[in-house]
Amino acid sequence: MIRFESVSKRYPDGTVAVDELDFVAPSGQITVLVGPSGCGKTTSLRMINRMIEPTAGRILIDDQDVTKVDAAQLRRGIGYVIQHAGLFPHRTIIDNVASVPYLLGTDKKQARARAMELIERVGLDPRFAKRYPSQLSGGQQQRVGVARALAADPPVMLMDEPFSAVDPVVRDQLQEEFLRLQSDLGKTIVFVTHDIDEAIKLGDQVAVLRVGGHLAQLATPAELLSRPVDEFVAGFVGRDRGYRALTFTTVGELAVHDEQTVTLGAPVPSGADLDNWILVVDAANVPQGWLNLVELSRDDTTVSADLLYRGGTLATQGGSLREALDACLSSPSGRGVVVDSDETLLGSITAAEVLALIEKRRPAAASVTGSGSERR
Amino acid sequence: MIGEVFTWLNDPGHWKDTRFDTGIATQLTAHVRFCAFALLVALIIALPLGLVIGHTGRGRWLIAAANTLRALPTVGVLVLLTVVIAPHFYGRTDTGYLIPTEIVLIVLAIPSILSNTFAGVENVDPAVRDAAEGMGMTGKQVLLKVELPCSLPLIFSGFRSATLQVIATATIASYLPLGGLGRFIYDGLAQQDFPQMIGGGVLVAGLALVADLLLYLVQRYTVSRGLTGRFSKKRIPDARLASVTQAEVAAV
Amino acid sequence: MTALATSSSSSPLHFWGYFMDHRSTDLSWLWSHTWLSVVPVVIGLLVALPLGWLARRYRFVYPPLISLTGLIYTIPSIALFVLIPPLFGLKSLDPKQVPIALTLYSIALLVRVVADGLASVSEDTVQAATAIGFKPLGRFFRVELPIAVPVITAGLRVALVANVSIVAVSGTIGMSNLGQLFTLGFQNSTNGPYYPPIVLGIVLCVLLALVLDRIVIILNILLTPWRKAVRS
Repeated sequence: MIRFESVSKRYPDGTVAVDELDFVAPSGQITVLVGPSGCGKTTSLRMINRMIEPTAGRILIDDQDVTKVDAAQLRRGIGYVIQHAGLFPHRTIIDNVASVPYLLGTDKKQARARAMELIERVGLDPRFAKRYPSQLSGGQQQRVGVARALAADPPVMLMDEPFSAVDPVVRDQLQEEFLRLQSDLGKTIVFVTHDIDEAIKLGDQVAVLRVGGHLAQLATPAELLSRPVDEFVAGFVGRDRGYRALTFTTVGELAVHDEQTVTLGAPVPSGADLDNWILVVDAANVPQGWLNLVELSRDDTTVSADLLYRGGTLATQGGSLREALDACLSSPSGRGVVVDSDETLLGSITAAEVLALIEKRRPAAASVTGSGSERR
Repeated sequence: MIGEVFTWLNDPGHWKDTRFDTGIATQLTAHVRFCAFALLVALIIALPLGLVIGHTGRGRWLIAAANTLRALPTVGVLVLLTVVIAPHFYGRTDTGYLIPTEIVLIVLAIPSILSNTFAGVENVDPAVRDAAEGMGMTGKQVLLKVELPCSLPLIFSGFRSATLQVIATATIASYLPLGGLGRFIYDGLAQQDFPQMIGGGVLVAGLALVADLLLYLVQRYTVSRGLTGRFSKKRIPDARLASVTQAEVAAV
Repeated sequence: MTALATSSSSSPLHFWGYFMDHRSTDLSWLWSHTWLSVVPVVIGLLVALPLGWLARRYRFVYPPLISLTGLIYTIPSIALFVLIPPLFGLKSLDPKQVPIALTLYSIALLVRVVADGLASVSEDTVQAATAIGFKPLGRFFRVELPIAVPVITAGLRVALVANVSIVAVSGTIGMSNLGQLFTLGFQNSTNGPYYPPIVLGIVLCVLLALVLDRIVIILNILLTPWRKAVRS
């Protein structure tokens, strides 16, 4: 657990980077500090491992005042990941990852074995171990950065915009893997970002800071979306927060309708009782897309893959209402496809039914999932 | 003419000492000896200084001051120091000429080593330094385990420049009565013995090329492959320019 | 009066009196020193521009070109001076050997500077220029070269300052330039130090180097007005 007690950082020229900050980052959870540039989020993070010294207040890690510990010793026990990874260009990947164990005097062989394990764990090909950082892409370097921070198995990790320098697709991937990793490891993480979407996606709790280093709101992502404390937070959280808040709302079980299907490769079905749109599945009953019976020509006698509309998203049974609503809105037939956790078809649901569910949950508090990992 | 130069160089009599003349072998050894001494002293002074200035960011004026030394004409300083110092030494030894020469060589070798070392440390990616501190390296560890190895390419380029400059200037020192390979150039000139003069030029050029090649090989096996850019597709023009402006002014 | 003045003082501070007494010789040396420092750099730049462009345009040209120019730069100046005549078919102690050697050095330095300067132009800028409709030659002179000016002028400064020092070296093998002042001073110091010509030589060399350096700095500011706009 990391506790900020009235922590301030005032520079000699009078600028206040952080002002009387109080909050607790609970053990085993991800606390995200988010805010516009100049809000002191990075300063706050860097005060935890004493890269910057506070001018007032205390920071406690498990009730130990950080300023009472030798700075280098303190930092060796805290994982640290930064924006551009900051890998050592002169060391191979495996030696980069083993940096902290080397500093702690761990036997070289043992440190490397551990490093190798971590390289694979963060999703890198073990062949990369002997390469140098300049041979890796930005996303790969960032994985190495995470592996390096984990090498000495520190209970606390500080992450300063670790994913903001990579392209959106890779970022998404890194975020997913980071959450998966965290669900295994359960580290106490303080994570800085300027991207509210990232904050909401990753945080167990999110601290929104405003310029001048004031804490505007500390809340779970769901609460932040549904009850922003003031104009500033509301503006920062964004316009479609109502829709995004559905991410955190689940219903026990969606009541689905049976859906008529046709198997890929089978003859095109006919009959007066059929809807214009029919769902196409494969042999394992996994939805493939929609077929529009009206616009078929006479030559189309079998259901081939190139006839399908594949635009619809799938809702998973037990998933969030956002997923369910999106499945309906994105489906050409207007019927959202609901699948099981193994992607086999369960049935369909309409937007009206999802909206009814949303209505029904109001005004009672939304059921809010506790941690990022459970949301997966 | 080229044939005569070759004949002069190929004459074993010119390589050995005689009662009247000092041979090539001895002059070569002398040349290498006082170059090596000057480079060693300059390295001992400039390397730690450059590392510390780069690491702490304090004392940058020293770099600027050292760089202004480059505008000094080498020969002029050599002659000036010689006429100041030489009269204090009497007798048969060449100490009176050796001391001013070594001073000049050291003073001239320092700026390129110093400013390149400084530039090397300064050019270390701030994210790398931040990561090093953030993982719990002490200041000394950051300097020795990260900044120094990352600066090695620039340090080597500075040291190689310094080496070439020292070899060149040591040659000019023969213009004052001092041993070394320059002896053949200036003696050849005085005696209108052009094969000897040009032969001396060949020897000096050869020494410079061999020295640079040796340093290149040392560099190749000490600098991490992760830094040499053989793997990175993009070149870094800034670092190269730094080495041009700061190092190569000294190379001649 | 003149004779009296020269013999009356061998103090280092007497260099100005020495200069006044030997004005015409000293000025002619300063003049030839200046030309020897500047002309090779100008020729070097004219040769280096197309070579640097080649190295930028055809990447495979870069490594061998840099190795070759590096090799030239490795040869000490005094050695290059005496090696020029046999290589270029001149007689030994031909006055042309010094400018030829200096031109070789200038080319060696500037080819690399031009190539690196052009490489410093961002790929986006080059693409944009092409998209606007510049042909390769127009693009080179009106986009790439102007942007590379700061890097190239940095190289020119290095080359000029180095040349001033190297020209003085050629004085030791009898070429007439400011280097002669050092020879004079050395020869006249057999019976105790005779400073004036030596100090004068150093002062004039340093002044020449500083003036040439300043001229290039001013040239750089004039050629890159957009940088001033950014600065203010």
